[in-house]
Amino acid sequence: MALYQDLGRNLQKDLLAKWYGDLALANERKEPVAYLFVSGNVEELLQAYGFHLVYPEINALQCGIKKAAGGFIQKAEEAGYSSDVCGYVKNDVGIALAGGKWPLGNLPKPDLLVCTYAGCTTYMKWFEALAQHFECPLFVLDVPFVRDEDVPAADIAYVVTQLRELSVLCQAVTGRTLSEERLRELVRLSAEAEDLWVRVLEMAKRRPSPLDGFFEAVFFMAPINVLRGTPECVAYYEGVLREMEERVSLGIGPIPEEKFRVVLEGPPPWPHFRAFWDLFKRWGVTCVASTYPRVGGIWDWGMRHDPERPWESIATHAMNGYTNWNLARRQAMMRRFVAEYHADALVLHSVKSCRAFSMGMADTRELFLREDRLPALFIESDLADPRYFSEAQLRTRVDAFFEALEHRRSARV
Amino acid sequence: MLIAEIFDRCRALVDDTDLSTVAAWKAAHPGAKAIGCFPVYVPTELVHAAGMLPVGLVGGGGHIEMDHADSLVQSFVCSISRSTLELGMTGRFRNLDGLLFPSICDVARNLSGMCSRNFPALWVDYIHLPQNRASAGVVDYYRSELARVQVGLDVLAGRTTTFDALAASIQAFNQQRAVLRDLHAFRRSFPWLLSTEELHLLTNAGSVLDVAEHTNLLQETLNLLSMRKGKPKDRIRVLLEGAFCEQPPLELMKAIEEAGCWIVEDDLLLGRRWLATDVTLNGDPLRALAESYVRQDTVSSVRHERPRRRADSLVERAREARVDGVLLCSAKFCEPALFDQVLLRNALEQAGIPHLALEFEEKMGVFETPRTQVETFVESILFA
Repeated sequence: MALYQDLGRNLQKDLLAKWYGDLALANERKEPVAYLFVSGNVEELLQAYGFHLVYPEINALQCGIKKAAGGFIQKAEEAGYSSDVCGYVKNDVGIALAGGKWPLGNLPKPDLLVCTYAGCTTYMKWFEALAQHFECPLFVLDVPFVRDEDVPAADIAYVVTQLRELSVLCQAVTGRTLSEERLRELVRLSAEAEDLWVRVLEMAKRRPSPLDGFFEAVFFMAPINVLRGTPECVAYYEGVLREMEERVSLGIGPIPEEKFRVVLEGPPPWPHFRAFWDLFKRWGVTCVASTYPRVGGIWDWGMRHDPERPWESIATHAMNGYTNWNLARRQAMMRRFVAEYHADALVLHSVKSCRAFSMGMADTRELFLREDRLPALFIESDLADPRYFSEAQLRTRVDAFFEALEHRRSARV
Repeated sequence: MLIAEIFDRCRALVDDTDLSTVAAWKAAHPGAKAIGCFPVYVPTELVHAAGMLPVGLVGGGGHIEMDHADSLVQSFVCSISRSTLELGMTGRFRNLDGLLFPSICDVARNLSGMCSRNFPALWVDYIHLPQNRASAGVVDYYRSELARVQVGLDVLAGRTTTFDALAASIQAFNQQRAVLRDLHAFRRSFPWLLSTEELHLLTNAGSVLDVAEHTNLLQETLNLLSMRKGKPKDRIRVLLEGAFCEQPPLELMKAIEEAGCWIVEDDLLLGRRWLATDVTLNGDPLRALAESYVRQDTVSSVRHERPRRRADSLVERAREARVDGVLLCSAKFCEPALFDQVLLRNALEQAGIPHLALEFEEKMGVFETPRTQVETFVESILFA
């Protein structure tokens, strides 16, 4: 009997409802609010000061899913934003221009903006604009790009120094002092959730996979990115893991019959999420691993928050998100996914909004096609802007690709 | 040399996408290497101190056909990243031994990785320029980053750069920057005697010349300029902002000026004069270079500034240069410039400074539309 199916979805609904509910009241209750980003995020430190956390990227993707992105993006374009810049930013600026009113109620105004400059220059431009709009302090945490095989000790030291400086600013904004013990506890809980999350992701190594490592993982990843450091987050991943284990025992998977296993590179097109997934489902495709759930942190190979070294581990974590890795490391990571998750192909989804992801993707395709002889499909749309999605065109490409793959497979048999 | 000859020479140097000047330099310096430096700002002193020629990468202009890069770079990405890749894929980097990329934007970051994979014969490195200038740790960090790059260059050169060598290189670039400052000041006062197209050619010629030779060329031009004859025309003074990385076609600069403007202030090739004042040498030259980058007040879309600073500084510069208007002139698809344009436009509105937005690409061939736009802009100011 299925006891745990949909646990991940239902628990998350409750968690996020509570989170957004608290946010809506934060200004009124005069509780401190910080805005921050997913990549390189340092939420443990901010939570230690009792900040409510707002993630503009998450708000933008929620708007995408709820089909509300178009209006906000248009509002920002009317205010002067180019049609050629990131749709997430325009979506968020659109919300700010609408006074924080959005499909999930009201967003509080920030008391502090924390921009983790971690592999995305757009982040900086985004919060520079918000700082001017909200007239509140902005802290840029400069996170050196992982540009070499080894991370220089000076890079970590620089980030730790800045974290201490951020802490002083948090103290000034909140009037509270930091408890190192509380910080250690937050960091410990983060590590616990990270362990569980990796176990969830690795369930997809099974054949057939009980989990879609992209279409489901990008949904299950919300708490690890926004509620790390809380007991609820740990409980959440215990629940999801149980759901996955039960799927294995009951022979349930994300699709009725797994025919192809792929690794997916790139973000989802949030405004057309279902339609996009359907393009693959109809071919019996399971995405066994993907890069997008690693934007908030690459925990797969042992990186964890560490209560013994809370500051250093927060710094290390901030550096090791997907877009803060150089292309060679990213490509090596995809290779590893292909091998460890037994994938038949690579799908690259290039999105106009995010050059940090998309620039270089065609090169990655070449690498896999030529050097690894792995079939690779390159498709384009957008993660935020509903206007950049041509379903018919995408379907033609996806169909042709899997038809060829199927043909190749039957020819081999 | 006549001044016209100097400009002809500069034009030949700038048009030479095969980098034959670099080949000639290498022939004259057996065993020495050359490193391509992507915009906006790269500490070229490090390259020079390692006995190498820093070569400024400025894209392909309108000179090269795109046969390979289009398949690797999406349509929504700027021209300079595309043409840089094409230059490499067509063998035009054969006279280079390495490439250095600074952390200016999301495209440049991944372009460095693409070059690294596609051009295995080249040494490729990426410099993470610091963004948090307020941090107490920033100079230490950046000094260590410079030291890391220096080690990479030294390994490539097979030698060790001494503090003395680096100090001498810093001094050589200080001299170059000083003459560039003088030339800009000259144009600001006498724009009818030095057009922006000419100033750009002079500056850009430095992309392939040794710093000392370039400095001499600039100095010689400056001396000749004081004897140049010409009469001011009835044109408005403008500031051009937003072309700090990819460069607009020279024809566009010419079209802007012919449409009734003197460009008296700009951020073209900004990296060549990013350090606006001399790097002060005092002991450790690596630290001097690091401090200079961190403390100097050059404001651009590729470096974080405290809120309002970016916009305020543009208004200040416009007032100092006594311009009648501002041209927000950025490369198509350049996200840093396009994001900032919103803030800049609002600030200019508030300050009552007329402005016009223009977009350019390397491959643009027709300049009638921008010319008409600028003419209308000029008329609106002259007859306001």
